[in-house]
Amino acid sequence: MKDRDDIAQALAASGYIADAELATAISLMQRLRRPLLLEGEAGVGKTEVAKALASVHATELIRLQCYEGLDQSSALYEWNYQRQLLAIQAHRGDADSIEDQIFSEKYLLERPLLAAIRRDKPPVLLIDEIDRADDEFEAFLLELLSDFQVSIPELGTIKAVSIPHVVLTSNGTRELSDALRRRCLYHYVDYPDVEREARIIMARIDGASASLSLQIARMVAGIRKEELRKVPGVAETLDWAAALVGLDVRDLHDAPEIVHETLMCLVKTQEDKARVTREVSERILGKVA
Amino acid sequence: MSCCGTNPSFEEMDEVSRLVSRKLAAFQRTLRDNGFAVGLAEGQDAASLMAAGYAAKPGLLRSAFKHLFSARKSDWEKFDGLFDAFWLGRRVRSRSLAADSAKAANNPSLKSMQDDAQQSGSQSATDQAPSADDAPQGRGGEGRMEGASRAENLSEVDFRKLADPEQVAQAHEAAAQLARIMRTRLTRRDLARRRGYRLDLRRTIHRNISHGGVPISLVKRQRKDKPLRLIVLLDASGSMSMYTSVFLRFIHGVLDEFREAEAFLFHTRLAHVSGAMKEKDAGRALDRLSLLAQGAGGGTKIGESLQTFNRWHAARVIHSRSVVMIVSDGYETGDAALLGREMGRLAKRCRRIVWLNPMMAWEGYAPEARGIKAALPHVDLYAPANTLKSLSALEPYLARL
Repeated sequence: MKDRDDIAQALAASGYIADAELATAISLMQRLRRPLLLEGEAGVGKTEVAKALASVHATELIRLQCYEGLDQSSALYEWNYQRQLLAIQAHRGDADSIEDQIFSEKYLLERPLLAAIRRDKPPVLLIDEIDRADDEFEAFLLELLSDFQVSIPELGTIKAVSIPHVVLTSNGTRELSDALRRRCLYHYVDYPDVEREARIIMARIDGASASLSLQIARMVAGIRKEELRKVPGVAETLDWAAALVGLDVRDLHDAPEIVHETLMCLVKTQEDKARVTREVSERILGKVA
Repeated sequence: MSCCGTNPSFEEMDEVSRLVSRKLAAFQRTLRDNGFAVGLAEGQDAASLMAAGYAAKPGLLRSAFKHLFSARKSDWEKFDGLFDAFWLGRRVRSRSLAADSAKAANNPSLKSMQDDAQQSGSQSATDQAPSADDAPQGRGGEGRMEGASRAENLSEVDFRKLADPEQVAQAHEAAAQLARIMRTRLTRRDLARRRGYRLDLRRTIHRNISHGGVPISLVKRQRKDKPLRLIVLLDASGSMSMYTSVFLRFIHGVLDEFREAEAFLFHTRLAHVSGAMKEKDAGRALDRLSLLAQGAGGGTKIGESLQTFNRWHAARVIHSRSVVMIVSDGYETGDAALLGREMGRLAKRCRRIVWLNPMMAWEGYAPEARGIKAALPHVDLYAPANTLKSLSALEPYLARL
């Protein structure tokens, strides 16, 4: 698993068509033991990278979805207070022994970050949309990502059993700290080019022929060039391809009506919909060879 | 290639000749000059990569270094150019090569660096750096001091009287600085407020009835605190052309420094420009914006622009702690009644409307234009903004919100 070509092939086998640069990034990730920070527009397949990576390594994917107000107790660990209180009620008596008992592994609830460093086989840890978390959490994460150990006051320090493969994603709704950025390898995920998008469609949608996939990819590339507020991502392309295949379209030129009517898979705001009129969709379709 | 994951041994490090590591250091300096945040750890990793055989394949090395050294999109985009210029001696943009870096161009291979690599390295580094725009880090201490003291005098000069490019540049710098200061004050207020969370007894007891009243799951109370969001609507019409560039610079600073901010330009129609403004490199952002700002020179339709804003953007960008800042002279060429109506709708939505009018400070100016007359009843703060000083006078007002 050292060479980037091997990695690209392994990713392709698991259904993710990577470009050469991403394969390099993943090989570096293993060599340098650094987390990988993926940035890019919504819907370009950032989260999919982590999923594909997990299936390449045949390991577990542990996902931490970030949101505003995410804190240590939902990201790292939490004591099971209910059980602790029950235990106290059950054995009234020697306070010391009860304390030792209730602050033990048995009463510890693992959250994603703790779970990720306690697996025997290194899992893939996906920290999704890190830009949604607060600054404070980001600083805490930075510490965890450099030491890979967690200190729990009642239990002591827990060292990582194995170092997980860490993938962070960001949509750029907030500027991340320089420290975190420096710690990570950086990869900007762009919309795939026509050829790669066609390969993605073929890999993901059963029954999409090569020529249809290429037509769809070209059409989507044309639509992305229009001044839209919400540019369709790869997920939308796949939806649309699935819709067309489901409606038994073999060639886009045969069914301009259906093409226009199914564009709702791609164009998702009122404003954009008003912009992509029938004339516009026919013009773009006309350019698709 | 050595096995992955192992740290390079000292013998391996020796293989990377002294020259290469010096050249590598020079490359890192080039990157830092261009605004990359490169630390010691990255340097070590880079050296270990070169020792591991990446150095033999420039394409692979470039891709690897790109991931390692870049930290944001703007870095990502300019990295290839910098790398090619430095290691392969290719020219970047239209900048001409200086005499000694041309030498490097003649023997571009990574292995053939017999000559004094450091000297030519650092020379070519500064010579070929493609952007002169993001000067703040790059500029020496002397220049900055000078700028600060002159900015003092500048603060009272009306923007339209700024003549030579140097003064304009300083005004831009000061506007950016100002945006930065405003951000810091505002965030400090947020932090102080965050401390006050207490137990919410009512909800705690209610939730724990099922446990027989033993408080098992506690409910805490914390003031939900949203940072102030600043939404700037800038009039880019012909009558404002004297002021547009300084305000663009100010907006760029605001977007960069505020955690939440959105920017719009309008003349005869409205354009959402936050995306273009997010460009880290100020010069390039301004270039992109000036293109947007050059609308049809046919007057200003403030009312219609506001209508577009209310219709399409307001629901998304305005929340309860939003301030809308309109920068315009209020010369409405469209329907003044429409402007009044739309201002009313906007006022219902947001917390405050600040209207900055650069003309207000002109002698003998009175808000006679129909547009401004219709709009004023809905405006919370109507202030002049023709000098840096008047801009900074806004900060305490915003901080109170």
